[in-house]
Amino acid sequence: MPTILFKVFANLYKDSVTLMQLGANLRGRAGVAQASCLMATPANLAQLRDADLSIEMQAGASDLLVVVRGEPDACEEAIAAAEALLHSAGGPGAGGGDAAAISLPLTSIALGVAHAPEADLALISVPGDYAAAEAMKALALGLHVMLFSDNVSMAEERGIKTLARARDLLVMGPDCGTAIINGVPLGFANVVRRGGIGLVAASGTGLQEVTCRIHNLGGGISQALGTGGRDLKEEIGGITMLQGLAALAADRQTHVIVLISKPPAPAIARQIEAAAGAAGKPVVVHFLGATPQRLPAGVVVATSLQHAADVAVALARGEPPPMALASPAAAAVAAVDRWAADMAPPQRSVRALFTGGTFCYEAQLVFIARGLPCRSNAPATAALRFDGHDGGHVFLDLGDDDYTRGRPHPMIDPSLRDAAVRTEGADPQTAAILFDVVLGYGSHDNPAGGLARALADAQREARAHGRTLAMIGHVCGTDGDPQDKAAQVRQLEAAGALIVGSNVEAAMLAAHLAGRRG
Amino acid sequence: MAARPLFKDSLTVVNVGLKGFGDNVVAAGGQCVGLDWRPPAQGDRDGGVALAEVFNHPVVESANAVALARLVDAQPVLTGVAAARDVLPGMAGGRRLILHAGPPIAWRSMCGPMRGAVLGAVVLEGWADSVAAAQPLVAAGGIDLEPCHHQAAVGPMAGVVSPSMPVFVVENRSTGQRAFSNFNEGLGKVLRFGANGPEVIARLRMMAAVVAPTLQAVLARTGPIELKPLMAQALNMGDEVHNRNAAATALFIRRIAVALIEADVARADAAATLAFIAGNDHFFLNLSMAACKAMCDAAAGVAGSSLVTVMARNGVNFGVRLSGTGGAWFEAPANPVDGLYFPGYSIADAAADLGDSAITETAGVGGFAMAAAPAIVKFVGGTPTDAIHHSLRMRAITLGANPSFTLPALDFAAAACGIDARKVVDCGVLPVINSGIAHREAGVGQIGAGVTTAPMACFTAAVKALARSVRPNGRSS
Repeated sequence: MPTILFKVFANLYKDSVTLMQLGANLRGRAGVAQASCLMATPANLAQLRDADLSIEMQAGASDLLVVVRGEPDACEEAIAAAEALLHSAGGPGAGGGDAAAISLPLTSIALGVAHAPEADLALISVPGDYAAAEAMKALALGLHVMLFSDNVSMAEERGIKTLARARDLLVMGPDCGTAIINGVPLGFANVVRRGGIGLVAASGTGLQEVTCRIHNLGGGISQALGTGGRDLKEEIGGITMLQGLAALAADRQTHVIVLISKPPAPAIARQIEAAAGAAGKPVVVHFLGATPQRLPAGVVVATSLQHAADVAVALARGEPPPMALASPAAAAVAAVDRWAADMAPPQRSVRALFTGGTFCYEAQLVFIARGLPCRSNAPATAALRFDGHDGGHVFLDLGDDDYTRGRPHPMIDPSLRDAAVRTEGADPQTAAILFDVVLGYGSHDNPAGGLARALADAQREARAHGRTLAMIGHVCGTDGDPQDKAAQVRQLEAAGALIVGSNVEAAMLAAHLAGRRG
Repeated sequence: MAARPLFKDSLTVVNVGLKGFGDNVVAAGGQCVGLDWRPPAQGDRDGGVALAEVFNHPVVESANAVALARLVDAQPVLTGVAAARDVLPGMAGGRRLILHAGPPIAWRSMCGPMRGAVLGAVVLEGWADSVAAAQPLVAAGGIDLEPCHHQAAVGPMAGVVSPSMPVFVVENRSTGQRAFSNFNEGLGKVLRFGANGPEVIARLRMMAAVVAPTLQAVLARTGPIELKPLMAQALNMGDEVHNRNAAATALFIRRIAVALIEADVARADAAATLAFIAGNDHFFLNLSMAACKAMCDAAAGVAGSSLVTVMARNGVNFGVRLSGTGGAWFEAPANPVDGLYFPGYSIADAAADLGDSAITETAGVGGFAMAAAPAIVKFVGGTPTDAIHHSLRMRAITLGANPSFTLPALDFAAAACGIDARKVVDCGVLPVINSGIAHREAGVGQIGAGVTTAPMACFTAAVKALARSVRPNGRSS
């Protein structure tokens, strides 16, 4: 039994063409025999009568009227559809046509998310003054955050991470330089194969060294999470590392977990060790320079970055964890010994020039463990602060704030380190130059190029003065990195440098030389 | 709410900062949305922090939903015409009160056109015999001065309203609240641009003596006139009901034409009233403004809401009020007007941005509906594309759109409305305002028109105040 249904939209105006379109839309619906949408002017109401849509109602010229004749259910649905179309912000085809061709700049995270609702993570590298606020907004929008920016206060970091934890979101940083999420390298990160080993690291170059070595040993990475350098301090409480550990423990792609950090605050270390023990899968822990006692079952301690990678790869293959490297390869030791034999008597000092902060730290630990005194602008535990040469061993972190204020990080622009190689090489007391080269996304596209020239120049200059320099380094990278690791190594070897497989091995060789010359 | 899982097969990054990082994400097989980021609040760090505090804040979000619905659902209806003293509560009891445009401002700080208009109003009211005599009276504090907005009123340019002036009474049917505006005098030497000579006073007297009673008689026959459908129809006829009101004025004449003939008024008065209305393309502007004021007032007073309910200029400062921050004004020096000038004038002659007419943009028309008005695109860059661009950009800073106001050039999309102060601070897009330009000296009149923007500092200050208001115990930081 056909019925007539209508609805009056008081004080709503639409132009007649829009209304005719809407009427045609309603007439096209199954079960609708006739439909009309119009402003309720006397003339229009007369038209309704002619179309057999006569109704009794109160409406005036300012009111919009929708009338439908047909099956009762279909009429109700048609009226509802009309209401939805009339009140939609878009109207039929809104924003289409030429207008869609005009793209507006995405100036805020909110606009970015509106543009890409599927977004997972905000990678924030704005100046520190603004970084915390951007992170809070990203979290409020439901995004995970990687906060590359530094100069974020401890209180801000605590606030951001507390909010993130409450929302079950991850904040990597502040001052987090590197991560690999779902196979995508973020910030300074290397191209590694995907696999079953997951990392959480409070150290940027530490994470790069371990992920690269895992790749180079044939292993693969599920996820590599950064925490920022302060996460394991008492004030922050290891929020990110604990969240990251839990996430990797729950992740079915991850079979072995590696945790990397400088020694945490004792209370935090206990929490992390307990959580590692409860992870339900093997966890390799490397706290640089600290050996945890009484670890829970399933938690393995590594004694260097290289060792952490070696253990993780073995565990992932179901093999027993290997011992740490006891001494460098014999051929490398022999090469160093030949250099030592050629040196002039005052050449007793190792000059380490690092672009990676964790490499500088790890190398100092090697020297300290052998009783060799060292000074650094970023001193590790027992090292002394560097305030000018006194003939001793010197470890410079050229990526530290002392050197990067107002200029790019030496991984991006290595010219500062190249200059330092020439300066230190010219010092008659310098016996060896110890260095790192860090490859991967974010780094300079040919860091070895300038360094090789500087090393060759320094050696030529030294020889001209009757000296010989030992030049020992390692290249942190993989064969997948944009810089071509093999070519980088070749350039350095052509300049006369000894390139070994890990930072700790390079540092052990330098320490061996220091022992010979000391 | 479960967070979105981070670990899966793909990664979509929003890159905020160094462009190279985003390029690397794409090179490595990820997806990346690169932002054209700039510091929020134009670099005011504390403003950015306050913004982060109220960003997606549940109290603010729910308050905004309420405020926006009230703005969109408002039904402004012209119910009458009355002398200001009979309907504005602040003018009761014979109080010597003169209203002006924009946020509060002392006599000594007022710009030339506003001073001229105030003095003219003093003469009109008979409180002084001449402009010369009016000056010391006002300077001595003998006349109360107050923003129109404090009396639910609005007025273009100087916005001067004095007790004997007729005002439109517009009622919001959805709440019963009333809003008021003065009558538009036309162009040339007019009070709103600071002119106060005998011919200006004579016209104002004629408006009160002839136009007002005639319109009263007309309205008695027509009954209340719904303004929203008129505005909506005008938007589809090339008006944006701020800087262009030609269609709306014509529609209004059509709406009252029969009643004007039939009303019991002298034929000469009917003719004079019709001539007054028909002789001024901007006659409808003041009705549009009163309607917009009624809509914005409907949205006012929702605790926690960041919706902007007032944008107004007093010729020195730009002022903003939010729904959730009560009667507080947030002010900053007005931005210059980028405009076109009548022959013989230049920006050097221009007064600072002036008037309450930005209430139209606040309600979601005017510059926000620029795409509707190709006839005046010369003011905003020259092409219809520029006009469309203005309307599209406003979507970035609004809470929604008003389905009653559609824009043909955007496939009849609803015009953006409900400015969110947080979004302005966050993305740096400033509300666009179509505006006439007044000569800096009183009485010269309009010398051009163009487009300006609301200054960021108003919105930053407003967001800071909003953050304080939603913070537990109103802590200061």
